[in-house]
Amino acid sequence: MDQVKRTTPSDHSYPSTRRRRMTAVIFRGATLLALALVVAPALWLVIGVVARAVPHWQWNVVTTLSQGTSGGLENAIVGTLVLMAGVAVIAGSIGVLTGVRLAELSRLRSGAWARGAIDILAGFPSIVLGYVGYVALCVGLHWGFSLLAALLILSLMVVPYIAKSTESALRQVPTSYREGAEALGMPEGYALRRVVIRSALPGIVTGLLIALSVAGGETAPLLYTAGATNNLPTFSLLHQPVAYLTYYVWTDYNQPSDVAHYVSNDAALILVVLVLTMLVVARVIVARTQRHAEGTR
Amino acid sequence: MWPTRRDPSVRRVGQRRRREDLAWRWGARVASWIPIGGLSFVLIILVIKAWPAIVVNGADFLTKSQWLPGNTYGGVVHTHGVAHPMGSSYGAWPLIAGTLETSLIAVVIALPIALGTAFALTELMPAWLARPLSFFVEILAGLPSVVIGLWGVLEIGPFLAHHVYPLVANHVPNVGPFRYLKGPVGYGEGLLTSSLVLGLMIVPIIASTTRDLFMQVPALPKEGAVALGFTEAEVARRITIPWVRSGIVGATVLGLGRALGETMAVAMISGSVLGKVSPTLYGTMTTIAATIVSQLDSAATDGTGFAISSLAEAGLILAVIALAVNLVARAIVSRTGRLAAPVGRG
Repeated sequence: MDQVKRTTPSDHSYPSTRRRRMTAVIFRGATLLALALVVAPALWLVIGVVARAVPHWQWNVVTTLSQGTSGGLENAIVGTLVLMAGVAVIAGSIGVLTGVRLAELSRLRSGAWARGAIDILAGFPSIVLGYVGYVALCVGLHWGFSLLAALLILSLMVVPYIAKSTESALRQVPTSYREGAEALGMPEGYALRRVVIRSALPGIVTGLLIALSVAGGETAPLLYTAGATNNLPTFSLLHQPVAYLTYYVWTDYNQPSDVAHYVSNDAALILVVLVLTMLVVARVIVARTQRHAEGTR
Repeated sequence: MWPTRRDPSVRRVGQRRRREDLAWRWGARVASWIPIGGLSFVLIILVIKAWPAIVVNGADFLTKSQWLPGNTYGGVVHTHGVAHPMGSSYGAWPLIAGTLETSLIAVVIALPIALGTAFALTELMPAWLARPLSFFVEILAGLPSVVIGLWGVLEIGPFLAHHVYPLVANHVPNVGPFRYLKGPVGYGEGLLTSSLVLGLMIVPIIASTTRDLFMQVPALPKEGAVALGFTEAEVARRITIPWVRSGIVGATVLGLGRALGETMAVAMISGSVLGKVSPTLYGTMTTIAATIVSQLDSAATDGTGFAISSLAEAGLILAVIALAVNLVARAIVSRTGRLAAPVGRG
């Protein structure tokens, strides 16, 4: 791409007509403007989250329980982490196995069904999933607001991310690895575990981290499945609501008290830090492994 | 000494590994049916729940504007054998219109900005600047929507209503489609603010995909075009963008899907006003998703369950729109092929 620029003649008679010259200048200006239109609001957004929370930040927010519109966020932080861990287990195993099926074992035609379902789920409105969770699981099956209902709905929502990134990570493993494994007489499953999945692991983990960051930042599917509580999560899967950070951002931002606003802003800051950490880690993994990867990009 | 094939230990290892083969095969097969099962479950529940509302509300649901739960303490009436509170009347037109308006405006704004961003990141910026900026744009896609909604309602909305909208409203000519930009600008909650924030939410989705696609366009055709005297803009329009067009369509549709289903940000920024289509772009409104999240609580108090059912019908419409968008995208992508190669390959 650098070559393209270097070969552009820089004398003033180029491009030949005035209109083309104008277009070229306007085009360059417009692309830079577009970049600015993305970066400036995004910076404003992130700085705004920090600037609203930091002046009133107290570290005991992390260690005290919530009292609804006041108090700390310990229960919400722990709840969000519990939800993310649960999603990692449920959606992680389903998603990775689905990705394996799509990339490695899809000689069967029904792989197309799984692919279609995943594509549709990836664009499916999360609130509709939340609604179905509420109506079918919390009310219909009498689970109440519960961890299990929240986990199932959240997992259904993020499985596509994991399955897709697993599939593409597996597809990037060179065929020669598989051929080598087969030539050494490894059975299919053993080769998959020891050779193929091992070399695709960074991609799989990246997809998992992205899915977890999405799960941690969700509100709509949780409001009517996880419910709300000011207590720490319990170990029961049913009938016990779970607290989570996004709930406090959503309910406390327009309460008529400053303390409630502090809670909302603090929850937003913790959320952003949590999500960004996961995304940065995912990015570092990608950067690390791409340096050693052969031939990709 | 090498163990021979007859050696029992070899056979045992072999069996264990065959079992592993089977475990992978069946595990993957079963797991890949779970998303299918889950999606079917969701759709079936949605249809079952929506059915009473479909029967009672009829086709009017798509065109009527009121959203009246009726008197939940009063009598119960039966229409076509379905119980619902007296005076309840549901019409989803404002919700459907709001959903389509915000999403389409968001995509129309986001697509050129995303293409420009992707182009600036791949072709104009030096690597030391492009790398962190690309990462930043990518991260933007991962920010929780409730945080973006918070920013929308506390900062960008009021800012736009005080400093930008009045300028636009006062200086735009009162002709044709510009009339929607006339009128009272409100306080920053409404259709235009929602669309702009949705646009900001889907720009990263389109931009980061497009950036990756642009980087895969081989240098040779671009160099050839430059050698023929193409300018930067002409290379972008004639070579780079056509080369990856189907990928851009796919990313745009992904963004559109996100905008259609986005709940929290819109619920916070739209003003959540039921019952009418906003007459101007500044007016308060609501979408299907935002209505479900803000009304489900009170719908649960309807003893006949009809309010819940009507929300299911609205949700079903949203799901159908999302599915239709997905299918159209597939049709477009499969027709233009994976890679549109505009340059002769001979």
